Amino acid sequence: MKKLKTMNKNTKSNMITYLMVIVAYVIVQIFVVTGNMSSLMEGLLVPVCTYVILAVSLNLTVGILGELSLGHAGFMCVGAFASALFSLGMKDSIENDLLRFIIAIIIAAVSAALAGILVGIPVLRLKGDYLAIVTLAFGEIIKNFINAIYLGVDANGLHFSMKDTMDLGMGADGTVLIKGAQGITGTPKCSTFTIAVILILISLVIINNLVNSRTGRAVMSIRDNRIAAESVGINITKYKLIAFTISASLAGVAGALYAHNLSTLMATPKNFGYNMSIMILVFVVLGGIGNMRGSVIAAILLTLLPELLRGLADYRMLIYAIVLIFMMLFNWSPQFINFRKKMMAKIKKDKKAEKEA
Amino acid sequence: MSFISYLITGISLGSVYAIIALGYTMVYGIAKMLNFAHGDVIMVGGYVVFVAVSNMGVNPYVALLISMATCTILGVTIERVAYKPLRGTSPLAVLITAIGVSYLLQNLALLIFGADTKAFTSVVNVPNLELFDGQLTISGVTIVTVIACIIIMAVLTLFVKKTKAGRAMQAVSEDRGAAQLMGINVNGTIALTFAIGSALAAVAGVLLCSAYPSLTPYTGSMPGIKAFVAAVFGGIGSIPGAMIGGILLGIIENLSKAYISSQLSDAIVFGVLIIVLLVRPTGILGKNIQEKV
Repeated sequence: MKKLKTMNKNTKSNMITYLMVIVAYVIVQIFVVTGNMSSLMEGLLVPVCTYVILAVSLNLTVGILGELSLGHAGFMCVGAFASALFSLGMKDSIENDLLRFIIAIIIAAVSAALAGILVGIPVLRLKGDYLAIVTLAFGEIIKNFINAIYLGVDANGLHFSMKDTMDLGMGADGTVLIKGAQGITGTPKCSTFTIAVILILISLVIINNLVNSRTGRAVMSIRDNRIAAESVGINITKYKLIAFTISASLAGVAGALYAHNLSTLMATPKNFGYNMSIMILVFVVLGGIGNMRGSVIAAILLTLLPELLRGLADYRMLIYAIVLIFMMLFNWSPQFINFRKKMMAKIKKDKKAEKEA
Repeated sequence: MSFISYLITGISLGSVYAIIALGYTMVYGIAKMLNFAHGDVIMVGGYVVFVAVSNMGVNPYVALLISMATCTILGVTIERVAYKPLRGTSPLAVLITAIGVSYLLQNLALLIFGADTKAFTSVVNVPNLELFDGQLTISGVTIVTVIACIIIMAVLTLFVKKTKAGRAMQAVSEDRGAAQLMGINVNGTIALTFAIGSALAAVAGVLLCSAYPSLTPYTGSMPGIKAFVAAVFGGIGSIPGAMIGGILLGIIENLSKAYISSQLSDAIVFGVLIIVLLVRPTGILGKNIQEKV
């Protein structure tokens, strides 16, 4: 107990976040084991975790680095395809599912990080809305490019084409790994809720430790005042790139989780397009920019909300949109904030009056 | 000849992008916000004309006017309800609200009209133009689109440069606080900008659906994004920039569809945008503002 008191405020807040995730995990596990969870909800567990990782990692770019990125789904796409390709190719070579999945996740993280560096070097020179639109452009390019890739393997090795399956020119024993817009089929389903939660915790630890490190402080100083940071000798490009790359790499991890939860992986506008990137941004902004715990909560609630509204059928996305607009107005509009303050003051006053009476 | 015909289709598509981009660029210049719902206003404009012409049998030109009026009211209402309360707060908050409005419009359209594709009957009845003994055919829609784009651009430039309201727009976009001190009605000016932008979106919607006659609740979102890219391409906030950006984008898209790969055409469009922004970070006609301490 004494230790808890002497703990630094940040560490305490981080501990609460970890504890929250673990408690949520335990509660969900109890529901699953006792069979009280509907299969619909059970199917949502891994996707929810994927969104949590995405939201937390985007929060690193938006909240800590202070740059608006609209291409986060692109990095997720890179991670998903790299890891799915690896798992599919190594299905027979590595028998142990867990080992193969761990390597696949690492491959996803590394490949997404590489994509992050490649995209980051040109993009981070820009500022504000220009940066946002270029990240959006990169996200779309990645998605489009992957949709045009055909990759096959036969006795002679790998075959690659940008045209169609016939163009691969493979032998009779060849198998096609990536079928262009039809994507990758037959990825082993390795993603489990437990692994997903462990990955969430790892991402949170990485980000929280980064934020409270020398590097993190440098990144935040760039966010708060770029020119001042530059004048005290902080290498802007380097620190921006570090934050951006870590963010991309964690998105890749989420991609691996996503890919191994589906038997067929396709890059459609719905899952890897800018709509997805925007969806993640919505989680980040509603959860609170720069607040990791907020991102976790917002990602969980907003993913479950449309499902909980499923009873309303066609109206659910409409309600989702209205809730979104209303929440933004409620949280940010000066009039609403004043109104809230007034109401709070009134409630307090009433309580005081009650006590006195 | 096929190259010229691809080029002309490209210019036609680009003109639609340019009209949409004009709306984007004006709103961005004045309200400093990315109006993600702009693309969906295009879709609403398309549906209004569809209902008026196909279900009620209204004259197409009257339908266009009805559509413009509806979109203007819609645009001003969106601005009043969703964006105005957030003015002066974080740009990110406004962006997310705009996304919310975009979802709202898409899902409303989905509820009212269903997800199935509506076949849009072209409102343009200008005959096709045949050149070089029929080797080159330019469709009536293409001619009308290009002419409409040029007229809109010219009128808009005159409006912004010569009229009092237009100059008020320029002043607000330059410095909102100072403009207010000079007695300019800032809220009114911003509402007017949204009104003009939305009316243009209706025109663009009708032209887009006349050229590509299929209408779904998501019709507007990709052209909306592309038009925004066009606006950035030409230098956001600049009216001639939006025009140049839109037309260039349309040409690049169509030529890469024809000669390189239809699947990669979007990737090529975005790739060119990235290259332009890396060479000229504020777009082709954008102003470069030096940042000071």
